[in-house]
Amino acid sequence: MEKQVEKRADGQAYAIELKNITKRFGSVTANDGVCLSVRRGEILSILGENGSGKTTLMNMLSGIYYPDEGEIYVDGREVKISSPKDAFALGIGMIHQHFKLVDVLTAAENIILGLPGSEILDMETVNGKITELAGRYGFELDPRQKIYEMSVSQKQTVEIIKVLYRGANMLILDEPTAVLTPQETEKLFAVLRNMRKDGHSIIIITHKLQEVLSLSDRVAVLRKGRYIGTVDTARATESSLTEMMVGKKLSLDIDRPQPVAVKKRLAVNELTCTNDEEVVTLDHVSFTANGGEILGIAGVAGSGQKELLEAIAGLQPLTDGHVTYYPPEGGEENLTEKTPAQIRQLGVRLSFVPEDRLGMGLVGSMDMTDNMMLRGYDSTPGFFTNRRPPRELAEHIVDELEVVTPGVSTPVSLLSGGNVQKVLVGREISSEPTVLMVAYPVRGLDINSSYTIYHLLNEQKQKGVAVICVGEDLDVLLELCDRILVLCQGSVSGIVDARSTTKEEVGLLMTKTGKEAEA
Amino acid sequence: MTGIIIIFLQKAIAQGIGMLYGALGEILTEKSGNLNLGVPGVMYMGGIAGLMGAFFYERSAAQPNGTVGMVISFVCAFLLGVVGGLIYSVLTITLRANQNVTGLALTTFGVGFGNFFGGSLSQLAGGVGQISVAVTGAVYNRTIPVLSGIPVIGKVLFSYGFLTYLCIILAVLMSLFLTRTRKGLNLRAVGENPGTADAAGINVTVYKYLATCIGCGISGLGGLYFVMEYAGGTWTNNGFGDRGWLAIALVIFAFWKPINAIWGSFLFGGLYILYLYIPGLGRSAQEIFKMLPYLVTIIVLVITSFRRKREYQPPAGLGLPYFREDR
Repeated sequence: MEKQVEKRADGQAYAIELKNITKRFGSVTANDGVCLSVRRGEILSILGENGSGKTTLMNMLSGIYYPDEGEIYVDGREVKISSPKDAFALGIGMIHQHFKLVDVLTAAENIILGLPGSEILDMETVNGKITELAGRYGFELDPRQKIYEMSVSQKQTVEIIKVLYRGANMLILDEPTAVLTPQETEKLFAVLRNMRKDGHSIIIITHKLQEVLSLSDRVAVLRKGRYIGTVDTARATESSLTEMMVGKKLSLDIDRPQPVAVKKRLAVNELTCTNDEEVVTLDHVSFTANGGEILGIAGVAGSGQKELLEAIAGLQPLTDGHVTYYPPEGGEENLTEKTPAQIRQLGVRLSFVPEDRLGMGLVGSMDMTDNMMLRGYDSTPGFFTNRRPPRELAEHIVDELEVVTPGVSTPVSLLSGGNVQKVLVGREISSEPTVLMVAYPVRGLDINSSYTIYHLLNEQKQKGVAVICVGEDLDVLLELCDRILVLCQGSVSGIVDARSTTKEEVGLLMTKTGKEAEA
Repeated sequence: MTGIIIIFLQKAIAQGIGMLYGALGEILTEKSGNLNLGVPGVMYMGGIAGLMGAFFYERSAAQPNGTVGMVISFVCAFLLGVVGGLIYSVLTITLRANQNVTGLALTTFGVGFGNFFGGSLSQLAGGVGQISVAVTGAVYNRTIPVLSGIPVIGKVLFSYGFLTYLCIILAVLMSLFLTRTRKGLNLRAVGENPGTADAAGINVTVYKYLATCIGCGISGLGGLYFVMEYAGGTWTNNGFGDRGWLAIALVIFAFWKPINAIWGSFLFGGLYILYLYIPGLGRSAQEIFKMLPYLVTIIVLVITSFRRKREYQPPAGLGLPYFREDR
């Protein structure tokens, strides 16, 4: 671990220096005493898993958050950055993962949006300036093109030029390559290297080791909000970085009953999906899920977890591949390209806890009883619905899972996150699924509630249900699951036995696509 | 025959201008992301305010001056329109009430407001149809001298009061404002994507308030036009009919572009009175003809939703309240 020093050897101050930055959200500490520095004409990578506090840290530099403790120095002077405007005044510009662009406006109009200047717009001059700026660093951009006609990488170009146009010489890029093809990534890197040559300081947030090694001069590693250290890229290797990133394994003492009566339940074969922007989100994914077993799915956020679960549940159109279901009573059913309702009519029971609990799972303004009815309203005959069974189910869930609520008629949006999660998981389990898919089932839950959920999943497993659990905490997946499937950029980079694998192995798989992992 | 066509064109334009004022105000409002369905009410409010202003001025002045009456009624109509916009803005922007519900409430309120004061004014004037603001009305109906004397062209193009020309000029200015100025660009960004506009340092609330209030002021002038120039300074309860709703349909028809709204308003005006020029129509057939502008709007909506061109779509943030993400 390197110690930070006030001044560089040549006596010049760092472009940006963060000292002992701490940021808390309620009881959660997102950043704990983080130190970081970046020089002029340098590319610094910030490496870390999901939830390690990378984005939070950078948001404090760009003025979106304000640190609770610690100091920020720019060019050796201590500064206060309390709004994005302050950051711009200091020459700091951040390119977020989610682009902030107005679709119907042109690239140039987006770039000058909100800037002061003459009241009457002179777009010719603006277009010329933008073309000149783009040419200097090797971007390809037509300032007259509308945003909605652009590809993701073109939109990113607009975002970067927007920041440069405002005179930023310190750029922060939050996972810029997550949405790019390998060719586009190479182009972006070439541009970033040009900017480095021009004396710009660049901070790039990433969790892809190859990119870190090929692009950056130094790497800072964060883990669970804590600063682990900064190393020179020249002296780092993939395995040394992985070790810094995932750390030593923690013991959580989660029960893991031995699987009994393991039986093939779901076979996914060469599943491929593309999104609206024609980016491949799932790339020939194949695996089987067995009844009586918990299959964990690991991967950095946005590696295709959501798409995979949605594809199985029939919510995601497939480009290629198929999903086969083997009912407990024998035979097989083809789930490919069936609607969720058809999948249910076939007697195939998929229970799905979406990532976005209140968006897709529950209706916030409805009470628990009504939310229970969403799944069972068509099971009773007749024109009118029978509210008694769902109310009983809701009461049962409140008792069983210790949901803290004034009553089953309270709108679920008034419950705390953990309790909402319990309601959702409880409802899905009550439908007696044969395949239970859950995504981030303990996100936002306290320790006790988390163990309740683990217990519920284990119960299902022992009943012979095939449980598929997408998780973000490797320690949990390693102790809860029987097998772990690792996704990287939409393809399977490995399926490992959770009992014998190591955290480093899974961590390394998370950052390598299947082809690279085989090599 | 030529005579009938000239009269038809004149009447179509006369019908259209009131709608055009309403539509221009609504375009400005919708460009900020506010769907103000209160426009019909605001037009009633503007109309009665203008009429009352002129009426009380003429009653109190010994020798009423038409130009003074004109200025008073113009300012009254615009300001009461702004007040309507302010009610809508406070409810939807500050208190984040539902825009549709608020707009419909404003329409109900505005129509009632207009009819109530219209009725009261009639009582004061001594009975229904007795309101007279002849001096002020004459100023509104003054046509362009010399030019209006040219045969045919003069009749079709130059035989209107100043509110008609002001409206056309306003449409052109608004188009230039939206496409050529920095504030216009900012306003469009607010209506399309308030989050992005906010991040770019644009004060979303101020833009929404100003666009809505000024837009309502312009819509209010539509009411003034109807009362002063079209009806010659008289009030009839529910006299506007559904022209306020047609103004909103016109916004959609014009793809939110003020220049399109100009010829669109003439078309709507023509379709609206077409039944008068088709001989042998019964009462019910007339009503069917009066539906034509709506029918045209629906057809345009169907065609544009097939073509899905982004330029023809409403501002993306239309009708949605804006919450800055809590930090």
